Amino acid sequence: MKQKNKNVKKHFKKLYASRYILLNRFTTYFVLIAAGFVYLYPMIYMIVCSVMSQNDLVDPSITWVPTGISFGNYLTAFETLDFWKSVGNSFLMVIPTAIFQTFSTAFIGYGLARFEFPFKKLWIVLIVATFLLPVNITLIPRYVLYNQYGILNTVFPQYLPALLGQGIKSTVFILMYYMVFSSYPKAFDEAAAIDGANRFKIFYKIALPMGKSTSILTVLFSIIWYWNETEQSKLLFGNKITTLPIQLENFAERYTALYGNNDTFQRLNESVSLAGTFLSIIPMLILYVVFQRQFVESIERSGITGE
Amino acid sequence: MKKAHKKGLTNIQRDIISGYLFFLPWIIGFLVFTLYPMFFSVQMSFNEVTVRPGEIFLEWQAGKYYDYAWNVDTTFKLHLGNAILFICCATPVVLVFALIIALLLNKEFAGRTFLRMVFFVPVIIMSGPVVTNLLSGHSLQFSEQLPSIYKLLQSMPEFISKPSIFILDELALILWFCGVPILIFMVGLQRVSPDIYEAANIDGAGGWEKFWKITLPHLVPMIIINAVYTAVEVSNYSELEINQKITGAMFDTTRLYSFSAAMSWIYFICVLAVLLVLFLIITWFGRRSRA
Repeated sequence: MKQKNKNVKKHFKKLYASRYILLNRFTTYFVLIAAGFVYLYPMIYMIVCSVMSQNDLVDPSITWVPTGISFGNYLTAFETLDFWKSVGNSFLMVIPTAIFQTFSTAFIGYGLARFEFPFKKLWIVLIVATFLLPVNITLIPRYVLYNQYGILNTVFPQYLPALLGQGIKSTVFILMYYMVFSSYPKAFDEAAAIDGANRFKIFYKIALPMGKSTSILTVLFSIIWYWNETEQSKLLFGNKITTLPIQLENFAERYTALYGNNDTFQRLNESVSLAGTFLSIIPMLILYVVFQRQFVESIERSGITGE
Repeated sequence: MKKAHKKGLTNIQRDIISGYLFFLPWIIGFLVFTLYPMFFSVQMSFNEVTVRPGEIFLEWQAGKYYDYAWNVDTTFKLHLGNAILFICCATPVVLVFALIIALLLNKEFAGRTFLRMVFFVPVIIMSGPVVTNLLSGHSLQFSEQLPSIYKLLQSMPEFISKPSIFILDELALILWFCGVPILIFMVGLQRVSPDIYEAANIDGAGGWEKFWKITLPHLVPMIIINAVYTAVEVSNYSELEINQKITGAMFDTTRLYSFSAAMSWIYFICVLAVLLVLFLIITWFGRRSRA
């Protein structure tokens, strides 16, 4: 009898446990999907709205399911954005910058991690402090500076700060490299030094390969952050080198210039501007999908912590 | 100097030289692109700037532009208040939300990779113009979907109703700032050694207790990093009215550069104060939860 009772109890406990797990799982999915919905709602709306024809758009009975799919909006948006030229400009401004930034932050991070020199603590505090300094404060003086040297509206306002470790969020990358380069054994460097390698060779041949996942992450994030930056780029080179996001910002003006504003039927509508928005984020979405695994893996392996 | 070229250097001296050699790019960059612009900006905010071909003239005006921003300009204080309110509301919401999502994404379940991707999408596409086009008018409007909650909130005293309605109105935008904090929290969660949880299990601790006694104290450094990161990110967000006003006023013909520089310094000091308060609150909580 007692044995049986115990068995029943055990059975209930098991049942309770499995229910608990089920409930747990259910809440996990529920919360994540609900939050994901709030996240993606604007994007879903964008995709649906961008394929609507003019008639569907003004029809109040149609909110989510259009009567047909029209890609005309995309053709118009494609022309308005001057897509290929803008994409080319974006790549010209972003890819070299990302490489420069990665290399310079690795170099600086290695110096901090591997050598003891006076005022190191002070420098690290200053590096963190530059992160807090808003873009707005340095923007005008930088503009004046570039203007004096006549490099406004060229690629240099973007390349030079990145080369010298002052690019967008360089602080994050320097600290990441600092963590990574501090964490692998110093014996590796010493062994290479005994074999006759100089400090730069050690950095290039030993440290950089050690921090490979950090480098991948830095390049990817640098590309993303530079690609999406408009506030500085508009002022420093936006007049000559129109990147994709800048072109998107001027979308309405360009549309009016290209297609006129007289005809009500021709007036810029939501569908076209959302199609333009979608076109402008496609390159980064492709990059993300392609490098999705590297994102996840390198995040787990790189020293994303700071101290 | 001569000594440095000799072969008989000690290891310490060599370290110092190589260390500074590696660090030199940053020092140059800092002086040219950060420190000098910073001082120049302070200078401009106290002087009247006139540009003639090839030259820039400064004329001392003392606190004239600060006074103008604070006492004369009609919109500056309003935008400043809104920005501070936005930072103060968004940062805690981002922290809590990112922590919840990170805890959930840290579990093993089918479709985890996909959901991880979803929560990271905003980081990929978040630029000023994209957000303006997508979030203005197209995000979930809680005032339409849940009018009852709205009415309830409106009946509350102002210090509760104002921030909470604000948060609901801007929820999608606030959540879009969560991408990087979620990542940082996930990395932090993976660093907590499973042994501690096992020991707690043996002692019979429940999930709730484990969260408060183990997970949260271990995450305090991550919370500080995330709080600073989020507050800085939100305050620099280019579509914020105050930032638009500051960049918009740059080329004011009567107050060239100066007015904009003065406003940016007032804003920066306010943001720093917010950061300091945030930092103090979190370290206080951290100390209390560890005790």
